[in-house]
Amino acid sequence: MRTIDVIGTAIENSFRSKLRTTLTVIAIFIGAFTLTITNGLGTGINDYINTTVAAIGAQDVLTVTKVGTDATTSGPKKYNPDLLASSAGRPGSTVQALTPSDISTITALKGVKSVQPTLSISPNYIQVGSGTKYALNASGAVPGIKLQLAAGAQPSSTSSESQIVVAKSYVKALGLSSNSAAIGTMVKIGVTDAAQKSSTVDATIVGISDASLGAVADVATTNSALTQKLFDTQSVGLTGSAKDRYSQASVRFDSAATPSEVTQLKDRLTKAGYEGQTVADQIGTFKTVIDAIVLVLNAFAVIALLAASFGIVNTLLMSVQERTKEIGLMKAMGMGGGKVFGLFSFEAVFIGFLGSAIGAGIAILVGTGVSAALSGSVFSALPGLTLIAFSPGSIATIILVVMAIAFVAGTLPAAKAARQDPIDSLRYE
Amino acid sequence: MPVPILAARDVTKSYGRGPGRFDALKGVSLEIYEGESVAIVGKSGSGKSTLMHLLALLDRPSGGSIELSGSDALLLTGRTLNVTRNRTFGFVFQQFFLTGGASVLENVILPLKIAGVGVRDRKRRGRAALAQLELEDKATNKASDLSGGQKQRAVIARALVNDPRIIFADEPTGNLDSATGAVVEDILFGLNRDKGITLIVVTHDADLAARCDRRIYIRDGLIVDSESAVAA
Repeated sequence: MRTIDVIGTAIENSFRSKLRTTLTVIAIFIGAFTLTITNGLGTGINDYINTTVAAIGAQDVLTVTKVGTDATTSGPKKYNPDLLASSAGRPGSTVQALTPSDISTITALKGVKSVQPTLSISPNYIQVGSGTKYALNASGAVPGIKLQLAAGAQPSSTSSESQIVVAKSYVKALGLSSNSAAIGTMVKIGVTDAAQKSSTVDATIVGISDASLGAVADVATTNSALTQKLFDTQSVGLTGSAKDRYSQASVRFDSAATPSEVTQLKDRLTKAGYEGQTVADQIGTFKTVIDAIVLVLNAFAVIALLAASFGIVNTLLMSVQERTKEIGLMKAMGMGGGKVFGLFSFEAVFIGFLGSAIGAGIAILVGTGVSAALSGSVFSALPGLTLIAFSPGSIATIILVVMAIAFVAGTLPAAKAARQDPIDSLRYE
Repeated sequence: MPVPILAARDVTKSYGRGPGRFDALKGVSLEIYEGESVAIVGKSGSGKSTLMHLLALLDRPSGGSIELSGSDALLLTGRTLNVTRNRTFGFVFQQFFLTGGASVLENVILPLKIAGVGVRDRKRRGRAALAQLELEDKATNKASDLSGGQKQRAVIARALVNDPRIIFADEPTGNLDSATGAVVEDILFGLNRDKGITLIVVTHDADLAARCDRRIYIRDGLIVDSESAVAA
C-alpha cells in the first residue's frame, strides 16, 4: 500500500464512526485550547516585558554597584561614611558608594567601553512659567535607553542642551494643551542644595513618555546634560569627596558581546569587588515568575491532553475490535503488519491533528478577542500590552506536540492491530 | 509432466503442546495443476480449512513443505510473502468481509490498493472487474445496500481484480440460497474455464464439489480419498 493510500484510508476510517471521533476530538480540543491560551498568555506578557526592557535600560549596559564589605554580618553595622541610601533596594537599605577611584578601577577592566556614574538627583518640583509647582521624581537617562514615547524624541546623551522627558500625566497638570504641544516647552526644575538653599534649573521638554512597566509612576527622565546640571546644583556646599559619591554606575560594553563574554565581564567585576547586572538580569526575575506561572498553567493543559490521549486509546481499541475482520482480510491480501500499524497510528495522529488544529484555531480567535477587549478596558493604562499573543512557532509546536501525544496513544491499539493473525481475525465472530 | 502450481508435501499442522496438543493435519500430500478446479471436501473439524490456510500461505505448517510453482514457498517471508500472496491469490469467503460503509468499488479495489496500484489505474481495473460480474451499475453504492448474491459477486470481483492465478473459495455459496448459489458457482467455474484461473474450493457441499475437476476428501487430518471423476 502506498503511504498516501495509508494516510487517505486512515482519514476515511476516522470519519467512519463520526460520533466516536467527534467525542475524542472534543476531548483533545479542550486540552489544545487550554494549552494555546496559556501559552499565548506567556507569549503576550513576555513580549510586553521584552519591549519594555528597552525602556528600563539599554541592552549593552551593566549597572555596577560596590559589594558591601560587611554585607553578611547581622546586628548593628559599623559606621561607614561611604554608605549611601540605596535607590534600588528596599527603603532603609544602604549600598557602598562608588568613589572616583572605583570608577577608574572599573574603567580599567577588560571589556569595559565606558563608565558613567549614576548621578542621583532629587529635584523638588517642576513648573511652567509661574504656574503651579508639581512634585517631580526624576532620574538620569541611562545611555542607550529607549523610553516608550507618546510624543517627541528620546533624551539626547550628547547634546549640551538641558532636556527632560516627562510622563504623560504631567501634560495636563502643567497646563499644556496636548502631548505634541508640550514638546519644546521650557520648564523650571526646583532643587535644594546641601545648604538648604533653593534654586531652579531651566530645561526643555523633548518627549512625553507613555506609562509602561519601566515607568509606571509619574516620573521624568533627564538627559545627561540636565542630570549633571541638577547634580551640580544640589551638590553646592558639599566638599569634593562628599560630592563625588555614586550609588551605582553604568558600564557600557560592546553591544555585540556574547552572553558568555558578558558573564566573563561580570566575573571580572565580582573579582574586583563590584556587582554588575544587565537589564536582562534585573528583568530576569520577573520573567522567571511569569514563566513559572505559565508552566503551571501549561501543566494543567497537558494533564487535560493526557486524559484526552486515553480517549484516543479507547477509540482506537474499539475501532480495532470492530475492524478485526477487515484487518484480517487486508493481511490475507498481502498487507504488511507495518502498514496496518501505520493505518491505525495515522488515524490517531489525524484525530490529534483535528483536535489540536480546531483547538488552537478557536483559542486564537477567543484569545485575540479577549485581549483586545481587556487592553481597551482593564489594561488601558498599559499601552502596547497584548495579554494573549500568539506566535506561529508556538502554535505549530502545540499542534505537533498534540499529534505526537496522539501517535503515542495510538501505538498500543495500532500494535494490537498489526499483530493480528489473519486466520484468527477471519474466524472471529 | 508439468510442474504443479501448488503442492503440499507431507504437510502436518498441530496446535498446542504436550497433552493438549491437537493435530489438525497429520501428513497431507497433494498436487494442484494450473487451470484445475479442485474441491477440498470434509466435515467441519476435518482439517480442510487448515489445509486451505496452509496452501494460501496464510499459515506455516508444523512439518512438510508447500511448493508454489515448484519452489519452496516456506522460504518466503515478510514483504516477499505479502507480495506473492497479493499477486497470486484471490479469496472468496463464506462471510463476505465487505466494508459496509464503503462503496462497492472501494471494496473491490482493496487488493490493488494494498498492491500500491495508482488511483486511476485501480479504479479502471475495479470497474472492469465489476463489469465482468455485471455489477458495474452498483459501483458507487454502499456495500451494505447489496443483496446477498450481489455481495458475493462483489467479493468475486475483488478476488479477481488483481488477476490472480489461484482463487481460494471457502464455502462460497454457504450464505446464499440455492438459486443465487448456483449463479455464483457458474461464475466461479466460468472463470476457471475461460480464464484458466486455478480454483480451489473448500466445501462440505457435495453438489458444489461434484462440479470440480477433482475432489480431495479429508477426514481427521488425513486425505481419505481423492477422485477425478468428470463433473456431470
